[in-house]
Amino acid sequence: MSVSSSSSRTPIRDILTMPIVGPVIALIFATIFFSTQSDRFLTGNNFSLIVQQVVVVGTLAIGQTLIILTAGIDLSNGMIMAFAQVLMANLFVQNGVPPFLAITLGFAAGAGFGLINGLLVTKLHLPPFIVTLGMFNIAFALTRIYSITTLRMTDSAWYTFFGETFSFGGEDAITKVTYGSVLMIFLFFVAWFVLSQTAVGRRIYAIGNNPEATRLAGINTDRLIIGVYTMAGLIYGIAALLQIARTGSADPQAGQNANLESITAVVLGGTSLFGGRGNVMGTLLGALIVGIFRNGLTLMGVKSIYQWLITGILVILAVAIDQLSNRSSA
Amino acid sequence: MSKQVVTTPVLEARGITKRFGSVVALDGADFEVRPGEIMAIIGDNGAGKSTLIKALSGALVPDEGQILVNNKPAEFRSPIDARRYGIETVYQDLAVAPALNIVENMFLGREIRRSGFLGTIFRMLDKKQMLAEATDHMSELKFRIQSMHQAVETLSGGQRQGVAVARSAAFASKVIIMDEPTAALGVKESGMVLDLIRKVNDGGLPIIIISHNMPHVFEIADRIHIQRLGRRVAVIDPKEYDMSDAVAIMTGAKEI
Repeated sequence: MSVSSSSSRTPIRDILTMPIVGPVIALIFATIFFSTQSDRFLTGNNFSLIVQQVVVVGTLAIGQTLIILTAGIDLSNGMIMAFAQVLMANLFVQNGVPPFLAITLGFAAGAGFGLINGLLVTKLHLPPFIVTLGMFNIAFALTRIYSITTLRMTDSAWYTFFGETFSFGGEDAITKVTYGSVLMIFLFFVAWFVLSQTAVGRRIYAIGNNPEATRLAGINTDRLIIGVYTMAGLIYGIAALLQIARTGSADPQAGQNANLESITAVVLGGTSLFGGRGNVMGTLLGALIVGIFRNGLTLMGVKSIYQWLITGILVILAVAIDQLSNRSSA
Repeated sequence: MSKQVVTTPVLEARGITKRFGSVVALDGADFEVRPGEIMAIIGDNGAGKSTLIKALSGALVPDEGQILVNNKPAEFRSPIDARRYGIETVYQDLAVAPALNIVENMFLGREIRRSGFLGTIFRMLDKKQMLAEATDHMSELKFRIQSMHQAVETLSGGQRQGVAVARSAAFASKVIIMDEPTAALGVKESGMVLDLIRKVNDGGLPIIIISHNMPHVFEIADRIHIQRLGRRVAVIDPKEYDMSDAVAIMTGAKEI
């Protein structure tokens, strides 16, 4: 980032150059702005709603972050989620498979798709963009071939649990939070822990930075990349269960824009699309920023098509600011 | 150190041949490095310097010939095998991960985990221990740096190369191989890296160094291995020969 910083290094400078600072500032400004626009905005329940609305994309974006850190990209995540969702629902409803087993098989399907992505990227040396673009179409087709009906899933607690809420706060300000929101935030913490506190995590950054140096350091880079794609696939499987829990149904049409939405969250969170730099907690903030804008603009009565417009502007702005700040200090 | 006494080579290659299709990169090449010495390898482009060094560091497997460590045959199928024998390599293209900090780069692939369940179950890194050890290694080499938490990309080219050298010095127990350690550096930075190499060697570790830079080779080497057409044609003492002799041998204009 800043080559000149070795001469004038202060803790404040260190903090300001952390990639997480941009998203934090954006989040604070957005919150302040929308608070002035609507008195319904700054309430516990509204924030809980925002989190609920980003639970699925946020969870998908955890896997996306892991893959982007290795200098890859995943265009197939929403479709993998859709397949896992339809599989875990149909096995239970149509085939009478016990819910626990059906859900586990849905997770396994997600991991299986990820494994195939990882194998194609490493063993055939195909670009991740191409592999996951192909897998996007394949998973989309397989989902439709397998089932085109939307199944109501509200009869089994296994499928609805993460949509249920618990409350806290005083009698006049009860805030309801879904278990799904808690699970997503927990998964973000697990991903943060692995990335920042374990060898595997640091090696994921190293691969994205300089794959050849990582290999020469004695690390089996193929195995690590395959592991990342497989783990991401498993996370998409979990996102599938969260999607069912949030909507109460398994919809074969779900997740079609999720790939770009998850990339948006990653980019807004300050992770570099070139790999090796970034922070998974930034991705959580990135997802929340999108959620806050959508929610705030809805409360202001702005038509939903403008929310897309603003999301687009935000992404370009975020990357532009990142590029400019890097250039000026490099 | 009496470097002239003939002793068992620490690392030796005998009759190494390596072909790439119809191209013969190494044609029965021999090589040796003795305890405590700095052995330079020079040769014209295509003489097989890099191929030789890759065979010695495990980066490629020769078609024929033998590699011996302390006079015992050793088989290197990968750089990891060579490392197990205590042979570390500093690669030419500054083999570091730029966004990771100095400590993380030094311990990349050899991270230390915390003791107890935090390490065994949660696989947590012992960042304190790694920082302490990295700081020790750096101060042993009198290599000054602002902060060990600096990302390597904030360092100058010479400092980065320094980190790569310090890393290999920290883990090598037998030999360090350096491929063009000063190639990408300016005059001052080159001097700094050569100093560092000397300090590492003062600790007793033998060093193999490939370089195109004749003044650097003559400044630092105890002996010079001259490679020509895939073979060793001579090993000279830089005190007995000068640079023009070395170039003449290298190009085949002179034989000894």
